[in-house]
Amino acid sequence: MMLDQPKYKTTDEVDFVIVGSGAAGGILAKELSGSGFRVVVLEQGPYLTEKDFVHDEIKVLNQDLLTNHPELQPTTFRKTPQDKAKPQRALVYGRLVGGTSTHFTANFWRFHEIDFIERSKVGPVAGTTLADWPISYTDLEPYYTRVEWEIGVSGQAYASPFDPPRSKPYPMPPLPVKSSGVIFERAARKLGWHPFPAPMAILSEPRPGRSACVNCGFCLAFGCEVGAKSSSLATAIRMAEKTGRCEIRPNSYVHRIELDATGRATGAVYFDAERNVQRQKAKAVVVCANGAETPRLLLLSANKQFPDGLANSSGYVGKNLMLNSGGVTTAVFEEPLNDYKGFAVSRILHDFYELDPDKVGFHGGGGLDARFDMTPIGFALGSLPPGSPRWGKSFKEVLSHNFTRTCEIFGHGTSLPVENNSFSLDPDLKDAWGLPALRLTYKDHPDDLKLSAWLNARSAELVEAAGAKKMWAPAVQEQQFAVHLLGTCRMGNDPKTSVISSDHQTHDVKNLFLCDGSSLVTSGRGQPTMTIEALAFRAADRITALAKRGDLPA
Amino acid sequence: MDKDLSRRSFLSQSLTGISAAWISAHWPAMLSAASHARLAAQSRTPAKFEFFSPEQAAEMDIISARIIPTTDTPGAHEAGVIFFIDRALVTFAKDDQKIYAEGLPELQAEVRELFPSVAKFSAATPEQQHQIFESLDEQSSGAAGPSRRRRIAAQSFFETARVHTIMGFLIDPDSDKRGNRDGVGWKVIGRERQHMFQPPFGYYDKDYPGWQPNPRDAEKTKS
Repeated sequence: MMLDQPKYKTTDEVDFVIVGSGAAGGILAKELSGSGFRVVVLEQGPYLTEKDFVHDEIKVLNQDLLTNHPELQPTTFRKTPQDKAKPQRALVYGRLVGGTSTHFTANFWRFHEIDFIERSKVGPVAGTTLADWPISYTDLEPYYTRVEWEIGVSGQAYASPFDPPRSKPYPMPPLPVKSSGVIFERAARKLGWHPFPAPMAILSEPRPGRSACVNCGFCLAFGCEVGAKSSSLATAIRMAEKTGRCEIRPNSYVHRIELDATGRATGAVYFDAERNVQRQKAKAVVVCANGAETPRLLLLSANKQFPDGLANSSGYVGKNLMLNSGGVTTAVFEEPLNDYKGFAVSRILHDFYELDPDKVGFHGGGGLDARFDMTPIGFALGSLPPGSPRWGKSFKEVLSHNFTRTCEIFGHGTSLPVENNSFSLDPDLKDAWGLPALRLTYKDHPDDLKLSAWLNARSAELVEAAGAKKMWAPAVQEQQFAVHLLGTCRMGNDPKTSVISSDHQTHDVKNLFLCDGSSLVTSGRGQPTMTIEALAFRAADRITALAKRGDLPA
Repeated sequence: MDKDLSRRSFLSQSLTGISAAWISAHWPAMLSAASHARLAAQSRTPAKFEFFSPEQAAEMDIISARIIPTTDTPGAHEAGVIFFIDRALVTFAKDDQKIYAEGLPELQAEVRELFPSVAKFSAATPEQQHQIFESLDEQSSGAAGPSRRRRIAAQSFFETARVHTIMGFLIDPDSDKRGNRDGVGWKVIGRERQHMFQPPFGYYDKDYPGWQPNPRDAEKTKS
């Protein structure tokens, strides 16, 4: 529920204006307001709360109750910069207070050491801009631990032999195992692999004001009605509000960051709910609008000094987009799993996190999970075996037999950074506010496609070992729809090949900071939110240190 | 709907006022009470159609009942799918009005072309109705053959009606969409209706002894 908040005037020069209230924005709001700063969070979406979250698939999925709306915010897609982009729905993200963390699956894998040093370990990969991070796993480890304890992650520490080192166990035990998890665990062990309880940002034990998961079964794509899903909405935003120094301002669509004559950001320009233009003044600006909207905002903020987009002297704003690779194998078993009960995932494995390119013939790695993330209508329309009857008695039979007996094995893998893969401004299409629409340009690196097929083959082995009655998997295809939005304003020490420093400060504008999926240098193995949140905790520490040292121009 | 909203706001207030453990423990009872009150309040007076004429509604009811038939378990008719589609066409599926307005007469034309003695879909035998659907379902293997002219409007009507029937059969029965009456659609697919479940969930996890490290992991060094 929306707590009492200060109401700052747009003419008050607050300490920080934060654009976006999702995984990163929520944590930065909590941390910066907790450190004594006055903070305004501008969120383009509405402020919904538990009472607004329903199990109505049409309202939530078809009508985009929680997500960017394709009519208000149309998008275009093309494979390469040589193509003319065509209008099509190209991405989905949470458009409400709490952002995408409000409706995500809540898989909360830490990145491993390799994710930060892959370039120096494997050398250059043709056709990519693969680079090392300017920080290491060791730098981020304390912040992963803070996410687990402060935001709430359930899991079993030391359960996977492939896990990176950790300074503390999880604050609460893993969620209960599902039938899909038991099937996965038994089959994987038969094959000599190492399944373990999935770390999930969902409470297995209650916390003040939040229930433990009640296993309602409307999880992925839905908002949690009992606050068990550790979204920014259920966690960091409320903590920020409690400081009494943070205002969450919903329905505020930021479309420009302005600079003064000295090249210092002066605040954020946005449309309010009535589409009037407002200007919130601030001493510093932190953009956490996601890996698509953050680069779009910089490109929209082009000016005389930065004709190619704000903070874009590198030319990398919007580029090196990584969506993560992977695939889905669906299986039907003899007995009912009833996997519609509960959260999506209870078992995963990381045996394939680091594959040897000399052995497999491509670069990359990944993990597998067992899940059921379908709700009834979606299942009936999309999850029956290919060639199933589509109507009549036999349709009804296969539907009623399979709904309780189906689960999926998901492969999650790396995407290599390719410079042409990007979000940019469409030259023709405009959104409902008259602003240039997002244009997605994407063509998977050939190694990503090989990895996806390789992971699908492992999923098939697993399902076979599990004794499934039926299984199928769509052939690997080039992606043209974005969910994970990574790498588009990457972090680095060299201003020529990165947009932000390891302090999340843009190389070009000293009081402008970026933190979200766009900051990532590599894609990890498919579960980016945990790392985005750890980065946000760390960014808050770095920004606070800069401000206290007087290194922020004021 | 109002009762539904008040239930939700009660829950939400409770979340901050009462311990979360209490909510967890009382969640099923609260929901069942709220749901009972809602059903009691929902009158069973004959529904008024907002989009279909009574004749169209009667045809649509039978069409949806051929898509999800009544067998030894309830089908689209018992789930009140016709009321769902009627409401849909004046609310979230307004854009599909044309598909129904043009497609339903085209479907009847298809009926008369295939079976000249049959006046309308509802007058056809179940076998004839099956053949009519096969002729319209692009993905059906038993289609009428390439030589026959395809009725595009009837085909897109069939596909839209198919999707809407499935939606109306399986939508959350606590929603305001008028479908899945009494949750019969969920019963048919084996989905229990309550909002809270406890493990064990299914056949394969009921005898699970708890997670044990893989014995071989003990020897393995961290990589």
